[in-house]
Amino acid sequence: MRPDQNPSATLRAERLFADYGGPPVVKDLTAEIPTGEITAIVGANASGKSTLLRALARLLRATEGAVYLDGADICRLPTRSVAARLGLLPQSPRAPDGVLVEDLVRRGRYPHQRLFSQWSKTDDLAVEQALELTGLVEMRQRAVDELSGGQRQRAWIAMALAQDAPMMLLDEPTTFLDIAHQVEMLDLLARLNQTENRTVVMVLHDLNQACRYASHIIALADGRIEAAGRPTEVVTAELIERVFGLKVSVISCPVTDTPLCIPYRHNY
Amino acid sequence: MTRTARLCTASAAAILALAVVGLVVGDFPVSARSAIATAIWDRGGEFDFVINTLRFPRVVVAVLAGICLAVSGALFQALIDNPLVSPDIIGIDTGAAACAVAILAIGLDTRWLPYAAFAGAVGTAGLIFVLSWRRGFSGGRLVLVGIGINALLTAVITYLLVRFPIERVSAAARWQAGTLSSSSWSDARTLVIGLAVLLPVAFLLIRRLRVMQLGDDMALALGVGLERSRLAVITVGCGLAAVVVAVVGPLGFVALLVPHVARAMAGTLSGGVLLLTALLGAVMLLSADLVAQRLFAPTVLPAGVVTAAAGGPYLLFVLRRFNRAA
Repeated sequence: MRPDQNPSATLRAERLFADYGGPPVVKDLTAEIPTGEITAIVGANASGKSTLLRALARLLRATEGAVYLDGADICRLPTRSVAARLGLLPQSPRAPDGVLVEDLVRRGRYPHQRLFSQWSKTDDLAVEQALELTGLVEMRQRAVDELSGGQRQRAWIAMALAQDAPMMLLDEPTTFLDIAHQVEMLDLLARLNQTENRTVVMVLHDLNQACRYASHIIALADGRIEAAGRPTEVVTAELIERVFGLKVSVISCPVTDTPLCIPYRHNY
Repeated sequence: MTRTARLCTASAAAILALAVVGLVVGDFPVSARSAIATAIWDRGGEFDFVINTLRFPRVVVAVLAGICLAVSGALFQALIDNPLVSPDIIGIDTGAAACAVAILAIGLDTRWLPYAAFAGAVGTAGLIFVLSWRRGFSGGRLVLVGIGINALLTAVITYLLVRFPIERVSAAARWQAGTLSSSSWSDARTLVIGLAVLLPVAFLLIRRLRVMQLGDDMALALGVGLERSRLAVITVGCGLAAVVVAVVGPLGFVALLVPHVARAMAGTLSGGVLLLTALLGAVMLLSADLVAQRLFAPTVLPAGVVTAAAGGPYLLFVLRRFNRAA
């Protein structure tokens, strides 16, 4: 670990309300993100998953309550100091036309640079590491818009890695990827969590993937927490029915022993 | 040497070469050797008036104004993430022109023209900014408001030209075409002051802009204060355009085109690419002015006519490619 890396960060929401200028989308929500683990936020469409993630990343200001990063109200902290502790990958990030992989990754170093400072050795090292961890060293001079979906997503992860934040928030990192690339992406995040000890918080649509990769699940329904905890403890047929309105049978996954939800057929 | 550095060196060499051509060509023949000598070390010689009063300041003004316009265009295009945006398209130049025509129409002397133009440019920028502000700020809205204001101000200019006696407003019509032919050392000084203040800020804003290009969410997540940064970029971009319009009048297309050319040659925005953009701006305006002077000599065209004549087709070409990509 390099000297400028923050060892860890803690994040929690307290009595949080958030909205987009209309009725509250996240309502009176209190949650603690376990440091050093993988947390998955799951829930039906419009249950407030992305809104919660945006509020946790201070992209959305709480209307009531607050999000605390290392014990301080995240909206009162200097935005750069937050950026050094908390990285975010939005759902569909936008790359400038023709930008090269390496150039994109270098932009992730912004929170560590000062107004007049030069590009440093530490910056170089962080970019190299990020490219290596995501397996993009060979593709560094390729244009991001020429990459495949999976490679492009890895380039964005590399950019977030170069940011060197001990905590990473990701909004549906597997959307638009086929199943092989979904697994590749989640394996990459699991590896970053294990080897680099990064805290990962992600919104996931696929319940079974959430159970498989996360050690902590936050299940939302209508902007409130229905259940939070270890997948093996909280994911039950009854919870899935409450959260998704779907009848399922929960069995143990033959590969990972994590809960596996099998929906019943609806008879129309 | 990196590709960008090589391109910058080549552009700098092109500027020097074009500057020499600018000193040499004209109705009064002067050899390259004596032209350079008169301009640099043998001031006050035989050709002093032709070189140091007529041609040299004009060359210097073309270089400085080209830099200002190109950098201004690059800032706007990066900020709004739209390659079809530049200060002249959102009405900054038209605002300057409206103000300039207005003071001539009410009978003020042409010596007030630069001040009026500067005030008009800054005022228009402020107006666009205020009108496009709605709980924050969007680039798309700024462009739409700007285009609307541009149309409105064009109508104002037409009204003034029709309503007031032609003797008064004819000077304005000529100024509106954007000409370098009466450039003086005091014009050059104004541009140097503007560049000295604004250009370093433009370069300092690059890091921020590179992050802002990744979208609002990403920029916020990486710790960029969006509203303040946007205000800074717009202020610098408008400032650069305003100084030029005050000194040489509205010169279309340089701000729009040069950033494209620089991007096509050297890639997405960085400090090096901005430097290349600045140098290419100087190359383009110097060349345009030379063509304007010599194409139909002894009749001298305004440089703005040449930049528009060259820029229009290129814009169509870019639009075509843009549509195909979308």
